[in-house]
Amino acid sequence: MDVFLLSRLQFALNISFHILFPTITMALGWFLFYFKFRSNLSGHPVWMRIYRFWVRVFALTFALGVVSGVTMSFQFGTNWPGFMEKAGNVAGPLLGYEVLTAFFLEATFLGIMLFGMRRVPNWLHTLATLVVAVGTTLSAFWILSLNSWMQTPQGHEVVDGIIYAKDWSAIIFNPSFPYRFTHMMLASGLTASFLIAGLSAYRLSIGDDKIAPKLALKTATYTAAVLIPLQIFAGDLHGLNTLEHQPQKVAAMEGVWETEKGAPLLLFAIPDEASRDNHFEIGIPNLASFILTHDTAGEIKGLNEFAGEHPPVAPVFYSFRVMVGMGMLMLFSAWLGAFYLYRQGALPDWLSKVFIGMSFSGWVATLAGWYVTEVGRQPYLVSGVLATKDAVTSLPPANIALSFSLYLVIYAVLLVAYVHTLRLMCRKSVGIEEIARDDPETPSRNKMDVATK
Amino acid sequence: MPFESLSAVTLGNIYIGLLGLAVLLYAVLDGYDLGVGVLFPPHNEQFKDDMIASIGPYWDANETWLVLAVGILLIAFPEAHSEILQTLYLPATFMLLGLILRGVSFDFRAKVAQTSKPKWDTCFKYGSLLTTLSQGYMLGIWVTGLRTDICAQGFALLAAFGVTAAYAFIGACWLILKTEGELQAKAFTWAKRCLYVLAGGIGAVSALNLLLHSEVRALWLDSPLGLVLMTIPVACFGLLILCGLVLKKLPEAEGKGEWLPFAIALLVFVLCFGAFGVSYYPYVVPGKLTIMDAVSDANSLRFLLVGAVVVVPCILAYTVLVYRIFAGKSEKLSYY
Repeated sequence: MDVFLLSRLQFALNISFHILFPTITMALGWFLFYFKFRSNLSGHPVWMRIYRFWVRVFALTFALGVVSGVTMSFQFGTNWPGFMEKAGNVAGPLLGYEVLTAFFLEATFLGIMLFGMRRVPNWLHTLATLVVAVGTTLSAFWILSLNSWMQTPQGHEVVDGIIYAKDWSAIIFNPSFPYRFTHMMLASGLTASFLIAGLSAYRLSIGDDKIAPKLALKTATYTAAVLIPLQIFAGDLHGLNTLEHQPQKVAAMEGVWETEKGAPLLLFAIPDEASRDNHFEIGIPNLASFILTHDTAGEIKGLNEFAGEHPPVAPVFYSFRVMVGMGMLMLFSAWLGAFYLYRQGALPDWLSKVFIGMSFSGWVATLAGWYVTEVGRQPYLVSGVLATKDAVTSLPPANIALSFSLYLVIYAVLLVAYVHTLRLMCRKSVGIEEIARDDPETPSRNKMDVATK
Repeated sequence: MPFESLSAVTLGNIYIGLLGLAVLLYAVLDGYDLGVGVLFPPHNEQFKDDMIASIGPYWDANETWLVLAVGILLIAFPEAHSEILQTLYLPATFMLLGLILRGVSFDFRAKVAQTSKPKWDTCFKYGSLLTTLSQGYMLGIWVTGLRTDICAQGFALLAAFGVTAAYAFIGACWLILKTEGELQAKAFTWAKRCLYVLAGGIGAVSALNLLLHSEVRALWLDSPLGLVLMTIPVACFGLLILCGLVLKKLPEAEGKGEWLPFAIALLVFVLCFGAFGVSYYPYVVPGKLTIMDAVSDANSLRFLLVGAVVVVPCILAYTVLVYRIFAGKSEKLSYY
């Protein structure tokens, strides 16, 4: 294998592993703030119990995010030196702002949030929880701004092959950024919701008959039921934005080889890069044109118009279907779950199993979505400006093969350990007595308890 | 744009200063928590829990200084960044694997079943050790100007042990400050042992440093500035001797002055760092690439500087806040 392929594989592995954890913590931080806020407001101990369980999940997830994030920060220099040498004038400051405004904020206040409850007043602990949530969101803001700029670059000029920044607000708020940011925040909200719902359903299924998991299940299911239609709507807008700025990506997503009017929405097909068409197409006539142009006979540009400039079709095409399929599954399960929880206060057995099975469904959808957008940007690193192959390192392939194998092994082990540990934390929680956990030392530590009663 | 009046040279110097600050803070802050990891005893459960507790609230933020340092290198000196990290590809990879292992072990060890706890403890210790050795090795190779011949490798190995000893030393001093009883007594022993190794390491690295680069030799030995500069190693060894005395007396001082060893360790770090800085300025890669060769576009640097000027003092302020909140002897880690 050559350096280019190995470097791409390694980057894909690192970023795929990394994104799993921020996707959870970005929204879980806000969930924790909500739990803490409800606890302050009502003084009911159940909110603090939910908080305590999920803050531990947060700590573990955050740690995995930090260590895999440190690895990411080295990848640019080790494997893609051309990226920083050519696009560093834009990418550098955006990454710099991420570290300065977000990373330190979240990492420092995390200490107070996790271990400071006895050492600081309640308001400061609540504030620390809020600051951690804000920090994770800020880091998403900067990194998605940079990623979006790589997709839809503007506000720069190229002199002698080097990119120079001209207009920072144009760079930061580039055309695809608002859509991508919204889409990703909602994706995070759904990932965390399904994780909370799934693990809570699991706790109930193994006999944890306390109020906390029931309430957490409800909170998460209702949140998911609200977020999923918003996500479908935001995703649609994001798609339209992509059609405007990166039509070749949409052509690959829809498997449109030749420009056509009234294109069908392909539910299934096997795209063939060699013969440049699809096998075994199953589609709904005119629907793709209708969704993308709001006209059943609308024209969709085909891949034929972007010869040599379009991404590999199959991975984009399949990933897109996995993402949308998972979204549909989320829609049905979240709405059904919300219906049953509202009407009967509990999930039927089969739906509970579905929820447990979908604990990590957010990961699948998020990864698939990122594959669509990142593979869909190929063969460019910065659309139309910098080709991916021009940025790669010239290191010997053996070095990268070695590091890639080591990362692969360690990430596989950590992923298994992570899921296993979450399961174990659920099982351990069963044995914990509800009353005993209500902090016997300081029964009404929350000053607001008294005030609200 | 603000800072329009700053020239590329000034910006280059400001950023090398920021880079220096980030590296120094990283070495001190992550230094002590990596050091605690290196000292992690295999068989004493109570020690292990207490040692983890002493660094629990801090390590995430400590590690962020590394991200900032590598970020500044990447932003301000992209050419140096890619040259350094490509030459040091494998050690950097091992360092990252070490950081991954130790970072996650922190959390896993507290949440898994008792039976698998020792596995994560092992990961924590050896992950920390792998990290410190790799960092020292990388420092060594960087000092030689990214040479890869056998002499450079030898020097880098020496630096690997030197840096590990330095981290273990500051880690032991941290434990003296944050723990009590048996563990603190043990920390005194560790600190004393590390002190000798560290003194030897600093001596050897300094001497070899003079042999490696003629410019450095000229600066320290032949220039008039040399006499002034010589106060650095003199002060450094003076502090180490003082530390040795303090470590002897402290156990009988009934809790007074427990902050002294850590403060001395901090000063030693600052002095060693200063000596490196003086020796290699204005190079980003010694003997190879100067600040001005490698500095990136001034406009981008000005844009980021606006943020840095506002945010860095805030970061320092809330870092101090956290250290104040958790001041005093560390308690058993609990999430509530």
